[in-house]
Amino acid sequence: MCISTRAYAIEMAATTVAAPLIAATKSVSPTWRRFQVAFRRHPTALLGGLILVCMVAIAILAPWLGTIDPQAVAPIKRLKPPSADFWFGTDMLGRDVYSRVVYGARVSLVVGLAVAMFSTFLGAAIGLITGYVRWLDAVVMRVMDGLMSIPSVLLAIALMALTRASIGNVIAAITLAEIPRVVRLVRSLVLSLREQPYVEAAIAAGTTLPGILVRHILPNIVAPLLVQATYVCGSAMITEAILSFIGAGTPPNIPSWGNIMAEGRSLIQIAAYLIIFPGICLSLTVLAVNLLGDGMRDALDPRLARRL
Amino acid sequence: MIAYIVRRLFSTIVVMAVVAFVVFSLLYLTPGDPAAIIAGDVATDEDIRRIHARLGLDEPFLVQFGRWLWALLHGDLGTSIFTNLPVTQLIGQRIEPTVALTLCTLVVAILVAIPLGVIAAAKAGSWLDRAVMSFSVLGFSVPVFVLAYILILTFSVQLDWLPVQGYRNFRDGAWEWLRHLILPSIALGTVYVALIARMTRASMLDVLSQDYIRTAAAKGLAPKQVLIGHALKNAAIPIMTIIGVGIALLISGAIVTETVFALPGIGRLTVDAILRRDYPIIQGVILIFSAVYVLINLAVDLSYVHLDPRIRY
Repeated sequence: MCISTRAYAIEMAATTVAAPLIAATKSVSPTWRRFQVAFRRHPTALLGGLILVCMVAIAILAPWLGTIDPQAVAPIKRLKPPSADFWFGTDMLGRDVYSRVVYGARVSLVVGLAVAMFSTFLGAAIGLITGYVRWLDAVVMRVMDGLMSIPSVLLAIALMALTRASIGNVIAAITLAEIPRVVRLVRSLVLSLREQPYVEAAIAAGTTLPGILVRHILPNIVAPLLVQATYVCGSAMITEAILSFIGAGTPPNIPSWGNIMAEGRSLIQIAAYLIIFPGICLSLTVLAVNLLGDGMRDALDPRLARRL
Repeated sequence: MIAYIVRRLFSTIVVMAVVAFVVFSLLYLTPGDPAAIIAGDVATDEDIRRIHARLGLDEPFLVQFGRWLWALLHGDLGTSIFTNLPVTQLIGQRIEPTVALTLCTLVVAILVAIPLGVIAAAKAGSWLDRAVMSFSVLGFSVPVFVLAYILILTFSVQLDWLPVQGYRNFRDGAWEWLRHLILPSIALGTVYVALIARMTRASMLDVLSQDYIRTAAAKGLAPKQVLIGHALKNAAIPIMTIIGVGIALLISGAIVTETVFALPGIGRLTVDAILRRDYPIIQGVILIFSAVYVLINLAVDLSYVHLDPRIRY
């Protein structure tokens, strides 16, 4: 009773914040069909996808979108409010805020996608093995519990304080802070999947451990992992902005939304646009990622869709 | 029951030991030699070796960890590199604004979020429900400092109702104290409200589909009584869990909120320490915040017994 109630509560918690319950165990093939149905039923997910595609396009096409060098300093034109010449105004060094915001999309998207990818891969690998190998489970999960009790932003701050500011280090620090959550999700899925008859059948047929993990377990956790990855992506973008904002993230010579806002920190009363434009872009992008994630979760778990 | 509590306390100690180990390793891996920093620019190699020996920096990793842990258990978090003051003293000086901010936010957020979630669940599918859910998605997406600046621009710069930044001690008047905490609390609390409201709604919907709810309604109880007395009480455990888990959001958010609103709390101490690379302070802050988080979640776990008499450990 105690285990199940607690597990239920944690499962529910994980579900709301990030992860879907596993519902796709029985039928995997119609997943794509479910996505289509869900997108039709949840136009917001489609909207999220569209916004995200736009942001990616903006990031890739940045040099051709009427931007100038985002680092070009022009002291004579500093702190100009938004106008026809400077759509988003200029900052205290006279740099064009529009160009900086457009180029800043690159940092947010690269960090978000890279962290989502790395933490999902590493977390899935660790989770698969610990979920299946019992003696490892106790040790690894205690370590993960320990890491999870350090709030992820704090852990990332500590790691960034140790190293030089660079985008690679930001990605590494946030990835490390996000991994325990992925491990926990994958492990709980593996624990329920390992009891399935087809896994027993595979064992009986003499399939090796790697074979079972890769051929029989992994395909069944791909869908919930994908949803988890979108939420990790959104949260990584926010963490990157927070790190840059407090001066422990992307180096100041690279324009990122967090950096632009950090520079506007002391100028809020005279140049609010320094905060507003990157702030809107960041919120919009994270919102798009979250809407997409919600839509995917609903597609994968119709039972949950009505509740959350 | 006693056995459960003992087991739970034991696992808490293990988790805290892991946290301590991780945090110590971070300091150990710090690039640069603390002895060289302490010795200054004109020190000779001989001086640095002497400082090494005095601080025990030439001993093996585990011996150093043991000594550090022993000091930690005696309430010694080390000494700040920059100010040369004990970290416990520095944190002690800064704790009031942080505690005031997080407690204010916690109380207000719970008082707002649970009714929102209950109403959304009771009127599932209505425009009210949709509004609560939209707010929740937005709350997750707008970063705390962006929201903080929107609030400052609206209520402080445009309307001039509330102070832009700063903090007043409680001793200097309750109203002034509260006035300076309103905007920070709203900025910090929004994502927490979103989280709790969403969980309350999900948990309530789960309970509302149970047979005993229909029975309660059928025997003629007022809808309000069914909702609060029967449904909310049974939906409480996931809500309590998310309140505990969500403390992590409050802690991370407090650092950013204090930076935006210039509150002289632990968050500001941390940000200043990052800029000066004052590792002992960063270490101490992580340890204290993690301990608070772990202990709150321990309390939440133990509260399940009280909330649900069916649980017997």
